[in-house]
Amino acid sequence: MSLIREKGNWEIFKNGIFGENTIFRMAISLCPSIAVTNSLKNGITLGLAVVFVQVMVNVTVSALRKFIHPKIRIPIFMFIIAGYVSIIDMVMAAYAREAYREIGLYIQIIVAFASIFARAEVFASKNRLDKSFFDGLGMGIGFLLAMIIISFFRELLGKGTLYGLKIVAGKPLLIMILPAGGFLAVGLLMGFFNWIDIRFYGGKGASGAA
Amino acid sequence: MAVEQKRHPLIVSVSPHVRDRETVGRIMWSVNLSLMPALIASFYYFGPRAVFVTALCIISSVLSEYLFQKALKRQITISDGSAFLTGLLLGMNLPPSVPFYIPIVGSVVAVVITKQLFGGLGYNIFNPALIGRAFLLITWPRAMTTWSAPTAQFTALDAKTTATPLGILKEEGINKLIEEFGSKGDLYINLLFGNRAGSLGETSVILLLIGAAYLLYKRYITWHIPISFLSTVAILAWVFGGKEGLFTGDPLIHLLSGGLILGAFFMATDYVTCPTIRKGQIIFGIGCGAITMLIRLKGGFPEGVMFAILLMNCFAPLIDRNVKPELFGAVKEKKR
Repeated sequence: MSLIREKGNWEIFKNGIFGENTIFRMAISLCPSIAVTNSLKNGITLGLAVVFVQVMVNVTVSALRKFIHPKIRIPIFMFIIAGYVSIIDMVMAAYAREAYREIGLYIQIIVAFASIFARAEVFASKNRLDKSFFDGLGMGIGFLLAMIIISFFRELLGKGTLYGLKIVAGKPLLIMILPAGGFLAVGLLMGFFNWIDIRFYGGKGASGAA
Repeated sequence: MAVEQKRHPLIVSVSPHVRDRETVGRIMWSVNLSLMPALIASFYYFGPRAVFVTALCIISSVLSEYLFQKALKRQITISDGSAFLTGLLLGMNLPPSVPFYIPIVGSVVAVVITKQLFGGLGYNIFNPALIGRAFLLITWPRAMTTWSAPTAQFTALDAKTTATPLGILKEEGINKLIEEFGSKGDLYINLLFGNRAGSLGETSVILLLIGAAYLLYKRYITWHIPISFLSTVAILAWVFGGKEGLFTGDPLIHLLSGGLILGAFFMATDYVTCPTIRKGQIIFGIGCGAITMLIRLKGGFPEGVMFAILLMNCFAPLIDRNVKPELFGAVKEKKR
């Protein structure tokens, strides 16, 4: 984040969704975007978990940024992230057993998501609390939207269903719910968003940030 | 160039000065032509169904290339025959009994996703026809592995379902395969002439070889990839293919069955997706052969030519980089 010009909270929020969207613009955290997007339900669940962790980590790191010694910041960040992931993990294990059984492993893996760590390091550790909150919210919702878009197409094409409801009759494209289809879907959507960016915003990023 | 120089005797221009009459279109149409004998044989063996599938593949390939280039306002290049070739190769790689939507989807994936989205002919990493087939095999595994027995009657509309020779070899062993065809000699003869179940175009080995000989004669392909590919398959089949131990396998069955000849001569040699340096091409061929035999002998699929070529396609740039000849006069950097 450049400090040349002070950015408003709305701009920071928008940046996470368009300008530096975790999956479509930055191409990080691709592992969950391929692994759990084979159904809309899984995609949304993981996306919501990431929104929670991202916001809370950003807020905590930002609040503690004066106390964290730069030399040991990485383990400290890890502790903070792991703490929030444990919370969401246990909450899901207690109250959302069905979803937890399917994507529990990926909930725990949020600890290692590049996007969360990157925002803590790049943004939250250098910015005020309110800005960090909106950055976390924007990044989290950007990730959630990306997951929704990817899993929407994959479930629709791969199973002919949406959120478990039968939509399309006939033989679905089985490849779309397999890993190979995940790569295809992410690649094609990424290309589509790049095309929108170039076509309508002259390649400068939708919020003018990238 | 020469003509221009006569007109302007003092013209100065950059190289290349010597030009050939060969063009992309000429080469592509020659490859199409060289596939014709095998294609006609497939019409003979598999009947009108084969004509239908191949035509559908070709038409949808050419049409999707045209529409995509039109939509992106690119130069329309359907006349150079590469989309035609993609469709033809895809059609020759499909079982004759597939439902009508399979060739269409496969062609669109092959032409649009594999070729045009990467920038068009010359920029694709993978062989378009093979990606199309891989997509179909993963998407509709049942339909893509339902083989029908050759009828050799143009009027027969219903085909009997059967396994491919490699499928029988994998599931039930070599003795069952010999039993199926009568004797070992009959087995070889039938494999050679294509009177067996399999993809449309892969069955008739002898006609494919005639086409390949034409391409070799015209020097559109070189021997490096096919020969290293085939010999690796033969050696590995001989060493590891037998049930009774090492060095008891039957290389001829592995050479003649499956899509090996079609793959080795017509698909692995695709200019765009194979290494350009001769030494690299030999490495490429050996890699293809090794992966093919690994899949055939140990993998879950009976046939591995397609995945072998696709996997080696991704290594092609890497191979090229590592076998690049030294620049003349350049001093070799010392390794630390």
